[in-house]
Amino acid sequence: MAAVTLSNLTKSWSGITAVNDVSLVVPEGQLVALLGPSGCGKSTTLRLIAGLEEPVSGTVMIGGRDVTKLPPSDRRISMVFQSYALFPHLTVAENIIFGLKVRKVARAERDERLKKVADIVELAPYLHRKPGQLSGGQRQRVALARAIIAEQPVCLMDEPLSNLDAQLRHEMRVEIRALQQRLGMTMVYVTHDQTEAMTMADTVVLMRKGQIEQAGPPAELYTRPATSFVASFIGAPAMNLVPEQDDLLGIRPEHIGLGQGPDDAVRRQGNVISVEYMGADTIVSLATPESRISIRLPGASQIRVGDRLTAHWASSAQCRFNARGQRIN
Amino acid sequence: MPALPLRMMTGSRNSLHAWLLVLPACVLLAAFTHIPIVTTFIHSFYSTPRPRRPSRFVGLDNYEAMLSDPIFWKALWNNAIYALTSVPISIALAMLMALFVNGKLRGKGFVRLAYFTPTVLPMIAVANIWLFFYNPQYGLIDQLLKPFGIVGVNWLGTQSTALWCLIVVAVWKEAGFFMIFYLAALQNISPDLREAAAIEGASRWTFFWRVVFPLLMPTTLFVMVNAVINAFRLVDHIFVMTGGGPDNSTSVLLFHIYTVGFRFFDQAYAATLTMVLLAILALIAIGQFVLTDKRVHYE
Repeated sequence: MAAVTLSNLTKSWSGITAVNDVSLVVPEGQLVALLGPSGCGKSTTLRLIAGLEEPVSGTVMIGGRDVTKLPPSDRRISMVFQSYALFPHLTVAENIIFGLKVRKVARAERDERLKKVADIVELAPYLHRKPGQLSGGQRQRVALARAIIAEQPVCLMDEPLSNLDAQLRHEMRVEIRALQQRLGMTMVYVTHDQTEAMTMADTVVLMRKGQIEQAGPPAELYTRPATSFVASFIGAPAMNLVPEQDDLLGIRPEHIGLGQGPDDAVRRQGNVISVEYMGADTIVSLATPESRISIRLPGASQIRVGDRLTAHWASSAQCRFNARGQRIN
Repeated sequence: MPALPLRMMTGSRNSLHAWLLVLPACVLLAAFTHIPIVTTFIHSFYSTPRPRRPSRFVGLDNYEAMLSDPIFWKALWNNAIYALTSVPISIALAMLMALFVNGKLRGKGFVRLAYFTPTVLPMIAVANIWLFFYNPQYGLIDQLLKPFGIVGVNWLGTQSTALWCLIVVAVWKEAGFFMIFYLAALQNISPDLREAAAIEGASRWTFFWRVVFPLLMPTTLFVMVNAVINAFRLVDHIFVMTGGGPDNSTSVLLFHIYTVGFRFFDQAYAATLTMVLLAILALIAIGQFVLTDKRVHYE
């Protein structure tokens, strides 16, 4: 019983609305990623759940309990900060058990839990070091350990991997997801990195200007974007948006082929403006009179910048958005 | 072969440049700090030159005379009380004021300025202000205490209260200055730490005691060294307010040195006392660094 339920949550500061009437259910044991560009209100939403900000209106329920008016410590949550928020003067061990000490957990239990958690995050050899003597990845693990040892049912993560290099980020992504599933934690994970959201989350919540643009499983956001904003945010490169009268057609780069294609295919003509070789595939960008189209071709390609090409796709592969950006097919 | 002498030449030219650059600092430091200390040290082993009797080597006579000088012991004792009370009180007060003006507070710029004002004032001016406060007839303190039936206390003219009056002035003058250092240190502490501690269930007091206070230790060490040195060094207000009296009850070491050296013109004995003051300050500074270094975390 530790689902997180947000109902009509609103937060504003002196006229600027950061979170606007957000309602959301995070089911127990699931990992929900709050995704969006900077300033979309995802971090504020997380801080509202944590109790670090007070909402103007709306309620936060955790495990069936209305916690809107409760201080962070009474909400049965743990949190990992983007900066890790480690206490620089305390050793790794002291950092991890800080909360247990504050909550007056008996020494024997404290030591036992520390040992267990240190093994989980592979920090056992570093327990007597100070955070300043650790690498970025190790500090990240300390922050993670501090969140795990609390054994709270809900764990909040505020861009936990954004200070790591790409290699480490990938490792930690896999590890955090495995940990979350193994410990059965309900996790709310804020990120601006769609790869993180798409690979880790059960549900991705894409936010924009303080509101939820679309919430659903990663595949749903990818294949059936609810709005043109979702279409243009998710995917690398993102979905192509090609104007057709008042509407926008959305086509994934991998659904576009070169040449005339079948008779009923949709076609556009343009000049190649860039060819990016990615290894497994190549992204070719085509400038057509009304828009730019990215095409994903398998393997290497002989196409040169300046070539004039025809691109085609099946009309069944396209999404149609109206003038207000809503999908209509 | 010719490469070696060339390199040596540029090497020696480089070090010549380096020496020339540090020369001004070295000259000033030597002329105004090191040489005076050494000459003072030497003077302390000689008698004071008189018109009829030139200075002669007397060994440790000056130090023996010092040990049997009751005013020296009185001044030393006064100085100890002065340092042991004014230093902790001004540091604690500085920390409290910094915590207060670091929080959410309306008009905190004004409060910060108000706390800092005593620092800007010259000690002589401060002494004059407090001279008025302590005045037995129309003084501020007397006016405030009148409703409680306490009238006409000569705060500065009474042996039992005079030193404490000076301690209050020192605290008033110094706390605001030290507050600035604490304020800067507090603003270096990431707000994330407070939030992380809040989520872990730490009360404000726990957070202060377990996180803020330890993180302020480098500042505390710095401030403490300065405060202790000031406790032995700042005597301007004693000249203005009590002149060391009544009956030497507010005489501290440096004031005693001045009296001996420039009122009694006993320069040899003044040099001896100076050596004692220097030794005390050096010992305290070393002790503070050695003792607290283990407990201080530097980022």
